[in-house]
Amino acid sequence: MSASTPAGRKQIHLAAHFPGVNSTTVWRDPDSRSQIDFSSFQHLARTAERGRFDFFFLAEGLRLRERKGRIHDLDVVGRPESLTVLNALAAVTEHLGLAATVNATFNEPFELARRFASLDHLSGGRAAWNIVTSSDAFTGENFRRGGYLDRADRYTRAAEFVEVARALWDSWPSGGTPRTVRHSGPHFDITARATLPHSPQVHPVLIQAGDSDEGREFAARTADIVFSRHGTLEAGRAFHADVKGRLARYGRTPDQLKIMPAATVVLGDSEADAQERAAHIRRQQVSPQTAIATLENVWGRDLTGYDPDGPLPDVEPVPDGELAQGWAHMSDRFGIAARWRALAEEKHLSIRELAIELTARQSFIGTPGSVAAAMDEHVRTDAADGFILVPHLTPGGLDEFVDQVVPLLQERGVLRTEYQGATLRDHLGLGRPEPRPEESA
Amino acid sequence: MTRELHLSVALGSAGPRPAAHWTGLVQLAELGALDFVTLDDSLDPADGDGRLDAVAVLAHAAARTSRIGLIPTVTTTHTEPFHTSTALATLDFVSEGRAGWLVDVSITEEAARATGRRDPAPAPELWAEASDAAEVAARLWDSWEDDAEIRDAATGRFIDRDRLHYADFEGPRFSVRGPSIVPRPPQGRPPVAVVLDAQEIDIRWELAARHAEIVLLDADSPAAAREARTELRRRAGRDDLRVLVRVGLAPHAGPPLTGGLDALPDLLAEWHAEAGTDGFHLVTTTPTEELPAVIHDVVPALRAGGLFRATHTGRTLRDHLGLARPDSRYAVRTEAAL
Repeated sequence: MSASTPAGRKQIHLAAHFPGVNSTTVWRDPDSRSQIDFSSFQHLARTAERGRFDFFFLAEGLRLRERKGRIHDLDVVGRPESLTVLNALAAVTEHLGLAATVNATFNEPFELARRFASLDHLSGGRAAWNIVTSSDAFTGENFRRGGYLDRADRYTRAAEFVEVARALWDSWPSGGTPRTVRHSGPHFDITARATLPHSPQVHPVLIQAGDSDEGREFAARTADIVFSRHGTLEAGRAFHADVKGRLARYGRTPDQLKIMPAATVVLGDSEADAQERAAHIRRQQVSPQTAIATLENVWGRDLTGYDPDGPLPDVEPVPDGELAQGWAHMSDRFGIAARWRALAEEKHLSIRELAIELTARQSFIGTPGSVAAAMDEHVRTDAADGFILVPHLTPGGLDEFVDQVVPLLQERGVLRTEYQGATLRDHLGLGRPEPRPEESA
Repeated sequence: MTRELHLSVALGSAGPRPAAHWTGLVQLAELGALDFVTLDDSLDPADGDGRLDAVAVLAHAAARTSRIGLIPTVTTTHTEPFHTSTALATLDFVSEGRAGWLVDVSITEEAARATGRRDPAPAPELWAEASDAAEVAARLWDSWEDDAEIRDAATGRFIDRDRLHYADFEGPRFSVRGPSIVPRPPQGRPPVAVVLDAQEIDIRWELAARHAEIVLLDADSPAAAREARTELRRRAGRDDLRVLVRVGLAPHAGPPLTGGLDALPDLLAEWHAEAGTDGFHLVTTTPTEELPAVIHDVVPALRAGGLFRATHTGRTLRDHLGLARPDSRYAVRTEAAL
């Protein structure tokens, strides 16, 4: 399958991240609506489908984050369970892929394989699974397995999980007889056959986001899409080359793995107007309270007495001060604090300005024309195969992009004007997976 | 005055048919203004010729319907109570208040080996665990008070964390800390349903007394049904328990109501008068054949007899059943403490 049009332009793949529980979701804006009502999900999904996006993407949380022993109350909080929302969205969309982030640590292969097969059946072949893992005893307090799975075991469990799930998905050929899967490994010991015949895609599309060496290797072996954090031209090209370079050893071609970094878009009537809007959005995203909280995560101590518009704290971090739970673990606090102080000094930044600078991600800021050109350049020069767009507003955050930028991408011949196939694998130019004939995993 | 008659239908379990098949059936049940549909489920691979996940099927149907209640079976033996609770809360959100939960357990060797987490256990132990799962779900649904989301720009707070609560459940098979990741669902708590046998008082009755608002009752005579209802309401000590007699629709489905669909309206009227129960749960064997007959023949005959409403008068499953929306247990506690 080629990802090019007859004219030879490399096609841009687009996905829509639902802006729910996230520090980048702006809830103070008058246009911000419910992050939980189904109407919000429906609006964003239909907008993405109108823009001929490949898929719609939901993140996951399994425990509310805490700071200082209390539930974190500054960001958008409260989200539905992903697969259930996507099954409902499958009824009100026709082509859009439906991607759920689901943890392989706090689920079991037989049940989850069945839930994804159900979504793939009900959606006519539009399911995707973003595989994540956790080593977090804090999250484990909500589950039977409870506590800690150490870091190394997370990927071995995830790899074994996917292996078992694939064996189950393969085990009931369409029109054929279900086979029994027997698997005995370090993490799972099961004997079962699938409860469903092949779904339209046989396997859901697999997405992976890990960035470590083992994460990249897992992606090269297993994933159809990498959700990358390397969005700039230079970092994107390096990541793209590295991950695509790993595919050959698994007998895969570069077309079989799509690299899609997260990106935000801010549009304006002029470059200056867009920059002004972007700055306004960033200040909405990083409130004075959020700026202090960002620093507290590193300092490991209460900093509420400091002025967010003033200089960085002169006190030192507490080495083991775990103020926050549910975020990525913070090591080398002194090093981070030193780097932040140097950055703030060099650029004359207040606490809040520093927090804004630190939490920036790949952004396309400009007029619709310049944004379309920049996105095209990223994809044309192999810094990415497409983007997972993260709007800042629920649910109207993609309206402008779809109305103003999508037509320009289509004029350039780099975005489809109509869906060509029925399944998400079709949209991504991925072939239908060949079910493996062997009886056991 | 005639007591209101509640009517619902069991669609069996969801074999691997296209989504439109299941949506069509649910829409047909809605056309008849039935209270709800149930959809069976199981994690036993040996159980039937292929089965879609029941929550998934009803979530899909939710987006294409607007009134009918949606009650999937979700088993508690090999699943995570936290996931079950959030999936059902989400079904309540996507249906705008029409979700329920039919609690069941997995007793088979096949289900245990398929999931690979534990050995089979005796039914009483599994039902005790199911009762714990229902308790956890209720606590998690209550764990966000209704007005927890405040969006207070002045203080930068999206939620008032004093209105969020830990479930803090610890039992022999699992513990759950909470709170939920899902805000309180539209119905507060989606109603819990359980199947009971009038002839056999077992541990399931404890679950029903403590957690259920809907009992689907197997009974072979109006007298047995009446007795069971009285006993259940006595044990529960509350009046928000609806007892619906299960009725098999296939001619060979056996007691209590044989005689085919033609005789059904009269039989239902007779039982409704004598049994003192709240209505009937019609169990289809071949829903594509039986459901149209129920909607186009049985329901109009009951309406003609003044026994059944013409349309849904409310929007939520609780509305249809005449069940009040409960307050969060934690909100009550807060007020008591003041």
